[in-house]
This record gives sequence, structure tokens and C-alpha cells, in this order.
Amino acid sequence: MTALIVLENVRKEYDGVVALRDASLTIEEGEFVTIVGPSGSGKSTLLQLVGTLDRPSSGTVTIDGYNIATLTDRELSALRAQRIGFVFQQFHLAPGVSALENVSEGMLYQGIDPARRRKLAATALERVGLGHRLDHRPHELSGGERQRVAVARATAGSPTILLADEPTGNLDSRSGDDVMSLLDDLHKEGTTVIVITHDPDVAASAPRQINIKDGEVAA
Amino acid sequence: MSRQLRPAHIRLRDLVKVSGSALRSRPTRVVLAALGIAIGIAAMIGVVGISNSGRADFDRKLAKLGTNLLTVKSGSNIFGKAASMPDEAPQMISRIAPVTDVSAIGMVPDVAVYRNDRIPLERSGGIGTYAVDLDLMKTVSATLAKGQWLTKATENFPTVVLGTTTAESLGIDRVGADVQVRVGNAWFTVIGILNMAPLAPSLDSGVMIGWPVAKSLLKFDGHPTSIFTRIQEESVTAVKDVLAATANPMAANEVEVSRPSDALRAKEAADDSFTGLLLGVGAVALVVGGVGVANTMVISVLERRGEIGLRRSLGATRGHIRLQFLMESFLLAMIGGIGGVIIGIAATTGYAAARAWPVSVPMWATAGGLLATLFVGVIAGLYPAGRASRLSPTEALATP
Repeated sequence: MTALIVLENVRKEYDGVVALRDASLTIEEGEFVTIVGPSGSGKSTLLQLVGTLDRPSSGTVTIDGYNIATLTDRELSALRAQRIGFVFQQFHLAPGVSALENVSEGMLYQGIDPARRRKLAATALERVGLGHRLDHRPHELSGGERQRVAVARATAGSPTILLADEPTGNLDSRSGDDVMSLLDDLHKEGTTVIVITHDPDVAASAPRQINIKDGEVAA
Repeated sequence: MSRQLRPAHIRLRDLVKVSGSALRSRPTRVVLAALGIAIGIAAMIGVVGISNSGRADFDRKLAKLGTNLLTVKSGSNIFGKAASMPDEAPQMISRIAPVTDVSAIGMVPDVAVYRNDRIPLERSGGIGTYAVDLDLMKTVSATLAKGQWLTKATENFPTVVLGTTTAESLGIDRVGADVQVRVGNAWFTVIGILNMAPLAPSLDSGVMIGWPVAKSLLKFDGHPTSIFTRIQEESVTAVKDVLAATANPMAANEVEVSRPSDALRAKEAADDSFTGLLLGVGAVALVVGGVGVANTMVISVLERRGEIGLRRSLGATRGHIRLQFLMESFLLAMIGGIGGVIIGIAATTGYAAARAWPVSVPMWATAGGLLATLFVGVIAGLYPAGRASRLSPTEALATP
């Protein structure tokens, strides 16, 4: 196994407020990890750094061999497009657009041609059990179904890393379990899955848990 | 490892689709924002179209009248006194090879025209009395509104044809043996009324009688005062140069040669300044429309921070985001622009139809309108698109 994500002495401040202090951790390729901590503990900051949405104030973040501090915004964008899939608590689906279109548009920035995008999108939706809902628009879907569309969007382009930020936060426990077992399946297929949660039960579903509190990682 | 990380190129088709679907999801706003642009473009197209159609109509009428008419008029001599041309002037002019028609008229001096003999002599009303050649009507392309033109028979008798303005001011709208007017000291029977004669406007406010009767009844001296000449089209300019000297070899400077069609054209051209003003108003409307588009786009960017954040997380670069919002602004303006062109052409068509004009919207106006829209759309989108692209992904995602 190779180290896919390496954080070394990472510190992140926002206008003088320390969100993350001296965090170091390594995540291997193919791992299923949950990052657990109460709200305000710095876990979202951690996810943003791992997701290359932000750069550390100090320390180094290495994703798939790239030190993100040395990359330009364009290169970071390309890295996200090709290697990282995101799932958010609020789904972030485009309203008024079918599930298929939503998933298909997720691959827009990967440079895949439209016909192939649609094919991959349909496959991804079938994998999350929504093969019969391709033409449904978000408001015609339940919360659990919406999050499954979001998972399909994040994984249709076969990213190396799947980052999920409180994916079950807006769902009832049953839908939440469905989504988590979906993520477990993806992990079994080889994707590195990182889930952020404040829910210990959700955290327990992964083989490895990283606890974070007051901006400090307690491995 | 030196693996290259290069952002994907977004196809134009995808870009248009993404921007288009964003617009489709907010139809009311799109219509209202595009309306501003549409009004500006429609105003400009309408102004240009209507003035152009008017000119097309004018050109059509002028072509019917003919532009090869030259008028020779006796002016005034160096002492400022009214000059007259020699009696032989028409004959001499007709000897110039390219001249096809010559018709002379002579203003009969000191003769007033009245509806009846009860009106005091001083109130003459400014109606001129002209002794005319029989082929005058053909030469100046005049047409009869009523009755008939003078003939070889009637030119010897007290019969008269009225100009259109004259008929109106005398209150005469029919012809016949019982319709008579007082010309000088004699009664003349009205046998015809002319339509407007744009190439010989002096006829409109005059009365026309035969050359012989003018001499016998009104003591007319027989000197022509205006000579209308038709010339072969290609020789008009050449003939114009020699006409004065031919008409009055002794005093060419006392003769004025003019081309009535030029005067009409100049008058038509004078209306263009008004068109320019209206065009300016249209341009202002377009700018205001552009501000509306910019405003709509700014609001759109504020509302769609979540979407921007998502796109950044999906791998969109700042450039991709900027391009998307620029395209959106551009499409928004284009919807307005195309709508405006359609409205402008419709307005022109309606107006031209109401006036029986030919419809003529120049291509340059349509192309210019769309080009202006393109410009406005891009300018209006620059600021909002820049703002959207500068939004950091974390900040954008933080807003629900």
C-alpha cells in the first residue's frame, strides 16, 4: 500500500483563529476512514485541506504525491477534477435538472465527451440503486435518494479519493445507513473513502477512525 | 514524479448548455433583464428601419418623377430687378442634342385670382397666374386630380387648370362649365385640377392658362419665366453647365438653373438629424438594459455561491467559472438582442404598411444591433463573472 494522503504538522488559521493545529496523519490508498469530532473541532477544515479546496497556513499536505502548496489554482482544480469526488451534507444538486444530467455534469471538468458522460452517469446511478429514477428531478426524490444521486455524481468519474462531509447529516437513520453501506461498497471496489461525521455510530462503520478535537488530531 | 496536471478544456456546446440551463431555471428574471436590452435594440432598429423605409419610398417616388429634369428660371439682374428670358429661349434650349422635352411657362404679372368678383382687389392670396405650354404636364410629371388638361382648343379660351394648393385655398373641388374663377378682370372656367407637382412646386399655388388667351385677355408680354427641360439621364450634368448661356446668351447670370430632384433629396436628407437623435435615445436604452443585465448577473452570482463552490469542488478552475457566467450574461443579452431585432422589424413593418411604404431594414442595422448586444453582454458580465471566479471554494461552499 502507498500513502495517498499525507499531512505533516499542518496548521490552519482563519483571521488569527486556529482551526487546526499541528495535524499529522497518513491515509493509505484503498482505506475507509471516518474523521469524528464535535462541531467546531476542525474536521471540516481538515476535509477542505485534504480536498485541496484550501491551502494550509503552515505544514505540508501531500495528495497522491503532489504537495498542494506548490500547485497553482488551475493545477489544484485539475487534481480535484481527476482524483477527488465530494459528497456534501446539503447534496448541492442543481434544481430542475434530472438526476442523470446532475451526475453527468459532475464530469464536465474532467474533459469527458457528453455521450460518454451520460453513459457513465447512467451506470453510476444504477450502482447506487437509482437506475429507475434517471429522469427524476431533485424535488421528485427523497432525501436519501438525493444523497445517493450526489454519491453517484462524486463517483461516476472514478475518482481515487471520495470525501464525504456529513453525508448522513440531513437524512433519517435508515437512509443514512443506506448511504453508508453504499460508501462501504465503493471502498470495497477500491476507492479511498473518507467520511467526516459527528455521529459516533456512523464513525463506527469504518475500520479506521480518526478523532479530532479542538483542532488537534488524536490518532 | 512529473505528472502534468492540466485542467480540461470545456466544449463550447457544454458551456452554452450549462449557461442556458441556468437561465431556463429563472425565466421571469431572464425575460425582464432581456427586455431592457430588447427595448434598446428595438428602438434602434425601428428608427433606422422606419427612416430607411421612408427613404426607399421617397426614392421610389422620385424614380417615378424622374431625376433628369432641369429648371431654368429667370432670376434677377445685377440691379436686383426681375429679369426675363428672351422669347426664343425654349427653342434654343430644344436644340441642345440631349434635351428631350422643353416646356416653358410665363408668369403673367400683376394679375390676381379670386373665387368671385366681390372680394377686394388687395386680397389676392398670392396665387400666381401662368401661361403654359401644352406639354408642361408631361414634362414635369404632373398628374390630374380632376377634369382635364389644356388642349389646342381650350388654350385659346378663358379656361384654367388649378394647382392643388390653389384649388384648396379657393375652396374648389370640382370642375365644370359652372365653376368659374376671376383671373384679372376676366372670368375663367375651371376645366382641371392638378395633383401635387413635386418637381414644379410653383405650379401647386398657381393657375395655368393657355399661352394665347394670356396674351389676348391679360395683356401678357409672352416672355417665358421658367423653362422645364428633360434631358437624357447621362447628359444632365453636361447640359446643366450650358443651359443658362443657351437660355439667355446676353445675360447668362440672370438665369438660375436648378435640379428640383436635388432639392427634394436635400430636404429628405435634412430629416436625418432627427433620426440621429432617436438613435441616440435607443443607444441610451441599450446601455440601461446592459446595466440591468449586470445587476441580474450580480444577484445571480450572490445566490449561486453554493453552485459555484460545488463546481470548484468538481474541478472547475476560476477560468471555467468566469467563462460560465460570461456566457450566461452574453446569452441573456443575446436573447434581448434577438428579441429586439424581431420587435424592431415588426414595428418597422407595421409602420411602413400603415403608410404604404416598402419595408426596408438594412442588414447593417441588424448586424450592428446584434454586435452592440454582444458587446453589452460581455461588458455587463465582466464584473459579475470576475466576482464569481474570485470566490474561494471554501467560502462558496460555506453558504447554504
